[in-house]
Amino acid sequence: MYEFVSMLSIWAIPMMIVFIPLYAAFHKVPVYESFVDGAKGGFDTAIQIIPHLVGMMVAISMFRASGAMELMVQAIRPLFDILGIPSEVLPLGALRPLTGAGSLAYTTELIKTYGPDSMIGRIASTIQGSTDTTLYVLTVYFGAIGIRKTRYALKVGLFSDLVGFAAAIAICLLIFA
Amino acid sequence: MVNWIWLLLIVISIVFAAATGKVEAVTEAAFDGAKTGVTVSFGLISILVFWLGMMRIGEDAGLLAKLARLLGPLVRFLFPDVPRNHPAMGYIMTNMSANILGLGNAATPMGIKAMQELQKLNPDKDTATPAMCTLLALNTSSITLIPTTLIAIRMNFGSAHPAEIVGTTLIATAIATVAAILADRWFRRRVPPHQLAINNTSASNRSGAAGGSKEVNSGV
Repeated sequence: MYEFVSMLSIWAIPMMIVFIPLYAAFHKVPVYESFVDGAKGGFDTAIQIIPHLVGMMVAISMFRASGAMELMVQAIRPLFDILGIPSEVLPLGALRPLTGAGSLAYTTELIKTYGPDSMIGRIASTIQGSTDTTLYVLTVYFGAIGIRKTRYALKVGLFSDLVGFAAAIAICLLIFA
Repeated sequence: MVNWIWLLLIVISIVFAAATGKVEAVTEAAFDGAKTGVTVSFGLISILVFWLGMMRIGEDAGLLAKLARLLGPLVRFLFPDVPRNHPAMGYIMTNMSANILGLGNAATPMGIKAMQELQKLNPDKDTATPAMCTLLALNTSSITLIPTTLIAIRMNFGSAHPAEIVGTTLIATAIATVAAILADRWFRRRVPPHQLAINNTSASNRSGAAGGSKEVNSGV
């Protein structure tokens, strides 16, 4: 299991980096020009994130520094200790479905405090990367076509977030033990 | 919703700081947080520029269309009540492919196009159809091959192996997606269409409250 997952981690990116341009060249695409053309958008995307990330980082840094976060984490620590899960990741589970920038800010805060290669850093990265912001997707997709009665969509989204959260923790504890 | 979370975090912090005498530390944390926000965003530039370039090559080579064709049987299985040749099918396949390749910017417009096509098949324009709920479920759990943003942040903070979370993320996202599909199927069978108007007023209220929030899609 560990062997397989680390092979996947090591090879996924280099395989894509070599496969995509090769496949494209085979289909007569001017690969370098295509690359430069697409890459232009990367700068704007990164710049557009700044206000969202600054806003959320400010709120979350304050929340941590005030000691309120610690109190919240302490409250659930006994339960998480039994399962061997670092309780610092719990607030992430609550933030993830609600706000993409907020959970990204909290993940960043955890990585900054505990280090990217700590168990907390790895679990937080996996949680953040593995699901999308349910509330955002629901608002955008249904808002665009004027659906007001969303039926069971929210329940399904939140359920899958919960499963993803649990799965991310379990897999990291298993793989990085 | 996002407005409330943000406000609550800040208000609780200040009240808590006042009670515990940590006002100065909290003020400092506010500015420090702002600085980290900018540093991290700048750190994202290199990866996003590189990855969006790679993805454009893939798009120009028709990889998106190719992947969409491969997903055909799966999409027909997941959306049994959409006619095979309906334009919605094409958009759904492209939306899923773009999600898998991590093309957040392409996935959202395609998803909205798919929703608009599904709306044409909808007898009650106010209420979501089962197909719409399935499409939403797929997008909230969104399978992603490479979590580029996270890799960039891990690099920023000096990780020895920034990409070591690719495998764990892929497995977690696959499990979340399977859970979403199963839950969607379960609700689809359980709730007959005519009862929905009564059952789900609360859910629609909640999403209504979130309307107008402009959040960064985490897919970037």
